[in-house]
Amino acid sequence: MTFADLINNLIFDYTLRTVALGSMVLGVVSGALGTFALLRKQSLLGDAVSHAALPGVVIAFLLTRSKAPIVLILGAAIAGWLATLWMMNIVRNTRVKEDNALGLVLSVFFGFGLMLLTYTQRLPDSRQAGLDTFLFGQAATLLTGDVLTMAGLGGISLLLIAVFWKEFKLLSFDQEFGASLGFPMRVLDVLLTTLLVIAIVIGLQAVGVVLMSAMIVAPAAAARQWTDRLGLMVLLSSFFGAVAGLVGALISSLGTGLSTGPVVVLSISIIVLISLFLAPNRGLAWRWIRQRRNRGKLRLESVLADLFTLAEQHGDPRHPHPLQTLQAVNLGRGGVQKSLLALADRGLVSNIGDQNWALTPQGVIEAKGILSSMSNGEANS
Amino acid sequence: MTISQIEIQLIAIVTAAACALPGTILVLRRMSMMSDAISHTVLLGIVIGFFVTEDLTSPFLVVGAAIVGVLTVALVSLLERTRLVKEDAAIGLVFPVLFSIAVILISRYAGDVHLDTDAVLVGELAFAPFDRFIVFGRDIGPRGLYLMLGILIINTLFITIFYKELKLTTFDTGLAAALGFAPALLHYGLMSLVSLTVVGAFDIVGSILVVALIVTPPAAAYLLTDDLGRMFGLSAFFGGLSALSGYWLAFSLDASIAGSIATMAGVLFAMVFVFAPERGLLSAARRRERQKWEFAVTMLVIHLFNHENTPHALEESRFVHLREHMRWDQIFANQIVKRAIEDELILHEEEQMLLTETGRVRAKEALAN
Repeated sequence: MTFADLINNLIFDYTLRTVALGSMVLGVVSGALGTFALLRKQSLLGDAVSHAALPGVVIAFLLTRSKAPIVLILGAAIAGWLATLWMMNIVRNTRVKEDNALGLVLSVFFGFGLMLLTYTQRLPDSRQAGLDTFLFGQAATLLTGDVLTMAGLGGISLLLIAVFWKEFKLLSFDQEFGASLGFPMRVLDVLLTTLLVIAIVIGLQAVGVVLMSAMIVAPAAAARQWTDRLGLMVLLSSFFGAVAGLVGALISSLGTGLSTGPVVVLSISIIVLISLFLAPNRGLAWRWIRQRRNRGKLRLESVLADLFTLAEQHGDPRHPHPLQTLQAVNLGRGGVQKSLLALADRGLVSNIGDQNWALTPQGVIEAKGILSSMSNGEANS
Repeated sequence: MTISQIEIQLIAIVTAAACALPGTILVLRRMSMMSDAISHTVLLGIVIGFFVTEDLTSPFLVVGAAIVGVLTVALVSLLERTRLVKEDAAIGLVFPVLFSIAVILISRYAGDVHLDTDAVLVGELAFAPFDRFIVFGRDIGPRGLYLMLGILIINTLFITIFYKELKLTTFDTGLAAALGFAPALLHYGLMSLVSLTVVGAFDIVGSILVVALIVTPPAAAYLLTDDLGRMFGLSAFFGGLSALSGYWLAFSLDASIAGSIATMAGVLFAMVFVFAPERGLLSAARRRERQKWEFAVTMLVIHLFNHENTPHALEESRFVHLREHMRWDQIFANQIVKRAIEDELILHEEEQMLLTETGRVRAKEALAN
């Protein structure tokens, strides 16, 4: 299938179009809200809320006998919200730690949901088939209505973020300051957490429980590598999320037996990997290059200083020494010869025939400088 | 009760105990969510093991899964060490990737094999008795029971043998390293056991229940004791209790056993959460209430003491004046005075309040602090 075919399908094939749009909406919303979750160390809340949503879905169905997405979403959201509240309650009132409370609430709620689900399945005439697929994610079965619901709720969430931008920024970075300014931080906390719950819940039907937590964490983690500014981070995160959603939908439409959810997660993970390595400044690739450069520089300085110290003992700072001596002094640390060649290139040492090296006048000045800054450092420490 | 029912309950209890032991350490080391991550990534290990052996019942699957479990922990550490992401984000990044790879591998290459993602997450304890352990032609019980019993024994041995090391590395990593223990070795040993437990258990009860049994009973135990040994014991006890009560709950509702056990674990925790002596909600509330009254009475006594033998003594020790000076409302003030009288700290005579000797002592002590 050529690229043109793919684009053609994207525009004209109902299923692909719907799935792609749904995934993109999911990517944008979870990227935006995930940014705040990441900054507030609530990354795993996505995992917890996704699992905790199950009983909400089942109860919503039991109460209304309807499997309309909006009903299930509401049930899921309420359950997720209650789970979050209980978790915070546990942490605030006892010495049980946050990760413990998270895991506890996650598994207990899910277990409870499972109990309810299997109980429902045994009821006569329950027509509950498909309740669990709501949680395990079947992006391929998304309908336009579903996407519209996702987009609607997601849009409202994004709007609220825009309206309360300053407040949420304060909440994420300096809660006490915000409180001192008179903002109702607790209320804002609950509001932001609620938005996060909604984002998670609307994504559940597309990628499922396990993978939803990735969509909260990954786009934000990737965006974090590129910028220190909240606004840019939110935008980048949404962008990455959308891209992953689109790519995931496209690729999974190619292969057989490739469901959208996992492919979306792999796409965003690749984006994260690339960001981790190549982002300017923070990127690992640059860090390694910097480290190598520093190591080289340190080696040069130490060889220069050694030459000076050795020569001093002969009373003449330009007294030559053979390579072997320098290597012996630097036992265990290689690269002496390379360093000497590099130093020669800079006119700081010269080769006095047959592996003997001596400092040039310029080299003497440099060496003195290095040694004095070293001893200054020692005196200070 | 039928034999099958007894066997199921036995398996459940043994599984709960086996999970509670490493769970206690994980909870104390703040690594609870790691168990959640491992419970998802073991699927990948099982899939790879299956591709290698082409046999769903091969023990190699368990080995493969345990390896992937440790790999998960290693990857999370690696990611954390770059300092580009925090620990919770690291966990949330690693396990979905591994899980997605597993799901894709399954759907593409093992689509017709009964390796159901739902079943992995969910398990079904009710079927456990059907899988028998035949030794020398004799059926000695369900395979699951022996598997979990073996894991329980391994976990118990590990914790007993390395008790001191585990205690030290959990509560004082710096000292442990200084003393020459190898915390990393112990850490990976522990994680291997967790992976082993998760893999052994999820076939029977599903990954979610494993997490519930690993983190919930220890949380309850944590609220009841400060002693590590007792915490192990309490966790195992609560685990077993959840298993038993969960089974009967499932029986009465005809619902998932694993789900019911997880629910009961949560219920037990909730009960401890509210009723635990000292750390529970109720006793904390009672304590706060008691402290409020104690504080108020002490304030009253101090107030009277400060104004004793001063020109304004008469004025300041009148009950009515109390309200204005301390800004206590009528009912509250009444209560405080009543308590003070009960405690024999003051005497209330005709609008005047007078300190007793006990009251004076109390005031002096409070002021000295």
